[in-house]
Amino acid sequence: MQSELMKLENVSLAYHTLAGETVAIQNLNLSVLDGEFLAIVGPSGCGKTTVLSLIMGLMRPTSGSVRFSGKDLRLGYMLQRDHLLDHRTVEKNVLLGLEVQHRLTEQSKARAFELLDTYGLGDFRTYKPQQLSGGMRQKVALIRTLALEPDLLLLDEPFSALDYQTRLNLCDEVCRIIRSEGKSAVLVTHDISEAISTADRVAVFSARPATLKTVIEIGFPKDMPPLERRSQAAFHDYFDRIWKELQP
Amino acid sequence: MKNAVSEAHAKYLRRIRRDARTVVLSRVAVLLGFLSLWELGADLGWFDPFILSSPSRVLKTIVRLYADGALWLHIGTTLLETVLGFLLGTLLGALIAVLLWWMPKLNRILDPYLVVLNALPKIALGPVLIVWIGAGTASIVVMGVLVSLVVTTVTVLNGFLAATDEKQLLMRTLGATKLQIFTKVVLPAGVPDLISALKISVGMSWVGVIVGEYLVSKAGLGYLIVYGGQVFKLDLVMASVTVLCILAALMYYAVAFLEKKVRT
Repeated sequence: MQSELMKLENVSLAYHTLAGETVAIQNLNLSVLDGEFLAIVGPSGCGKTTVLSLIMGLMRPTSGSVRFSGKDLRLGYMLQRDHLLDHRTVEKNVLLGLEVQHRLTEQSKARAFELLDTYGLGDFRTYKPQQLSGGMRQKVALIRTLALEPDLLLLDEPFSALDYQTRLNLCDEVCRIIRSEGKSAVLVTHDISEAISTADRVAVFSARPATLKTVIEIGFPKDMPPLERRSQAAFHDYFDRIWKELQP
Repeated sequence: MKNAVSEAHAKYLRRIRRDARTVVLSRVAVLLGFLSLWELGADLGWFDPFILSSPSRVLKTIVRLYADGALWLHIGTTLLETVLGFLLGTLLGALIAVLLWWMPKLNRILDPYLVVLNALPKIALGPVLIVWIGAGTASIVVMGVLVSLVVTTVTVLNGFLAATDEKQLLMRTLGATKLQIFTKVVLPAGVPDLISALKISVGMSWVGVIVGEYLVSKAGLGYLIVYGGQVFKLDLVMASVTVLCILAALMYYAVAFLEKKVRT
């Protein structure tokens, strides 16, 4: 039995605007297990990203609580867009998080550069972001996050701004990286296939206010890469099940 | 330029070079054409050179000013006032932009005042400045500062705010403090805006200083222009305007050169 890394207990969140109050999330109970890859799918605008903001601590729940297994559990957040800083080179971009958190040492620096080398960006260390393709930029963003050595990665539709081919390839690569680094991850996506091809479990959300409809266990071996999963017969069964769950 | 890689490429390169040459030659031709028409018109009596002057009279005036040592005095006075006004205006404007970025509430409160100040022709404050500060160089410099200050503040602040919108979320996910957001993202991203502001305010400072000199001065190119107009020495007016053209262009290109340096 895997231990729980993070747990959302009865979490609700309401946004306030001049026009009134919008309940984004209602009584959500969800946990992330150590070493697992959890995907969250749901209709667009249902509050999937809000869940990540709550876990990250960028927002506080209106009621309920967010609990972590250890006090010093480190989180890493990857956004939809790479947000690389144009005035910094690739290697300086990768070190940004470490700099900000005052954790830039010879050791952490060496590790970040090692990640660049391992994942095929070693030759681009001195390049500016403008000189890289969209897929490469997103990979740099991932390494910027990984350089912080997070225990739990939060991925907020990290592939949705890319063209289809890049998207499949990068998804495959990012999953390999996350698996080989032994990280736990929560991926938010509106793409059912992406969820099945990456995750160990898929949490299906309802339309707003978001509640948890069901959690589907994906039976593929953990280390089976996304592209291979897509060609399995069971893939379509999972797709149909999630598709039906998503219908209002 | 690079060497051609094929016959067609050579043709392409030749065309590009020819176009570039045509542009430069045409520019020179426009200037020469304008000057010779002006000179010819004065010589042939199409108009009165006493009213419109002529290139040769302008040149003679400049040479005469140079000979009696007045040229450098006037250029020096105006240049000093402009550079001072420009530097102070830009520096203060940038500092105010930083302050307003740091305190969004203050920015919100002051926003309408900034809009009014931006829309107000600062030159209208000239007489007030003279009363407050006195009829001297200080008033002229302050005029130069005022004219470039607001435009710098607005341009730089907008640059800062755009960079903040863009990267705020990222920096928050990394756990950055406000100071870190400023030094690592907003300030570096704001440098191009700062330089565009420089380009605008360098022109603005000339406006402020020349107008300032119109109002109060005992030396400077603005003084020469006003004096020349009053005693009906149009040669002196045209000569001063010509020198002013050259100075303003030089200063603009100096800033543009700086911009190129910073961007690469």
